[in-house]
Amino acid sequence: MSTILQTENLQYIYPAVEEGEGATVALRGVDLKIEKGSFVVILGHNGSGKSTLSKTFNAILLPSAGSVYVEGMNTDDEEHLLDIRRRVGMVFQNPDNQIVSNVVEEDVAFAPENLGVPTAEIRQRVDRALDAVGMVEFAQHAPHLLSGGQKQRIAIAGVIAMEPDCIVLDEATAMLDPTGRREVLSTAHWLNREKGITVVLITHHMNEAEDADRVIVMDDGKIAMDGAPKEVFVRVEELRSLGLTVPDTVDLLDRLRRDGLDLPLDALTVDACADAVAEALR
Amino acid sequence: MEPILKVVHLTHIYGTGTPFERSAVEDMSFDVADGEFLGIIGHTGSGKSTLIQHLNGLLKPSSGQILLEGKDIWAEPKKIRDVRFRVGLVFQYPEYQLFEETVYKDIAFGPTNMGKTGDELDCCVREAARLVGIRDDQLEKSPFELSGGQKRRVALAGVLAMQPRVLILDEPTAGLDPAGRENLLANIRDYHRNKNGTVIMVSHSMEEVAQNVDRILVLKSARVLMQGTPKDVFCRADELLSAGLDVPQITRVAMALKERGLAVDPAVYTTEALERQLLTLRKGAAGC
Repeated sequence: MSTILQTENLQYIYPAVEEGEGATVALRGVDLKIEKGSFVVILGHNGSGKSTLSKTFNAILLPSAGSVYVEGMNTDDEEHLLDIRRRVGMVFQNPDNQIVSNVVEEDVAFAPENLGVPTAEIRQRVDRALDAVGMVEFAQHAPHLLSGGQKQRIAIAGVIAMEPDCIVLDEATAMLDPTGRREVLSTAHWLNREKGITVVLITHHMNEAEDADRVIVMDDGKIAMDGAPKEVFVRVEELRSLGLTVPDTVDLLDRLRRDGLDLPLDALTVDACADAVAEALR
Repeated sequence: MEPILKVVHLTHIYGTGTPFERSAVEDMSFDVADGEFLGIIGHTGSGKSTLIQHLNGLLKPSSGQILLEGKDIWAEPKKIRDVRFRVGLVFQYPEYQLFEETVYKDIAFGPTNMGKTGDELDCCVREAARLVGIRDDQLEKSPFELSGGQKRRVALAGVLAMQPRVLILDEPTAGLDPAGRENLLANIRDYHRNKNGTVIMVSHSMEEVAQNVDRILVLKSARVLMQGTPKDVFCRADELLSAGLDVPQITRVAMALKERGLAVDPAVYTTEALERQLLTLRKGAAGC
């Protein structure tokens, strides 16, 4: 598989806000390769550098030192800026800050219009994008009357209409209720599975990482852990020391193991966990 | 004992007489006991926000009543401001409402408007800051220099400084990381326990509600679907799921174990409790 995103010794420093204060070092040398077509979740407590990292992926932030490459293009090279932005789309936390139009389909058309896509093709792209997020019936609606989850799906549709190779969701589920969160997650998984779009999902919710191909844990501007969910979540103590939790399934398995039961730690999903526990008690 | 807050046949209709007429709260009735920690859960659009905005008089009922310490809050509409001092409401993402030059002044805004001055005011501010873990040396800082979690604690302190009889929190932990969530919940639990304060918390996190509150009110389509202790509510998991709500992950594990033929009571919502149940099962098996 080819690499879509690559960082080399990536460092980022936020300049001091006021005179006399120190600058804030957010990233302290990150080396990372993200495979095309993969579903990657980035975890980390507030201030660990995960949002800063994600903002370097489409040149919203440029490295203070080191480099970021999007399909081989250096984000520092202004010549590639539009191309990079078109290939890597971002969805942020607050849906209300990302919607620009009074009609859903016009909002989705905003990016392709700005990219100079011919009108007939814009029509097709908008229809396909709304179909992909399951919002076709809302095409003529006003975005402000939709629920949070629906608005976030419109924001995702707006990104899809650019036909990107990669979508970065920066805590895009944080403001949503459980239903909205499920809608956005299943949309992201569907795009990844059916359309081959690379997804980078940044979240505080451990159970959103269960179905990912890969989990990266950030701490103090560096990568602290990196592996499949089953490899990362079994490191219970380490995760807790980084200010994170483990899914309740792993917590239960961990407790029962301490009680002397012979159980695996990597049964992450509800069903896998129940199977393992039922087996051990039989 | 008389409930501190009593909601009687509350109905609220938005856009009366327009094509957008819609009732957001329909005939809700429930009591909140003095010193109780009540959780409110419900799908988006179930009426949670409309409901809590009635409890301190930000919205006026279309019909029905809100009784605070036995008295209709709208009996004297001119005194509604007084109700807002007694029922403190912390909105979602309250850190965006900070505006003063220093943390101290921001926390002091509410009690100052209540007419407090001098030592009394100082006492309210410092106590509220202490309750949420804001250190003395942080009081003279600009609130905008603080981290997101700290800002939210300052906003909470601003409401606590009014020493309200009832504290209402709308999704207090949204957007915080696990450690930040736990810190803020610990502040709220301490306030509840040490000050014997009545707390109403709206949350989307079933785990958070299950582990913190005494009683849960479940809303669905503008009505009260159920109310009871976490155990009462989460044992009706199927109804919750069909109302578009989640049940705690651990409850789903318990349900799955029951389906697999284990003698597990699925009305369980903490890992500790399920662990205990499973250990007795093991002992039972060993005894056979």
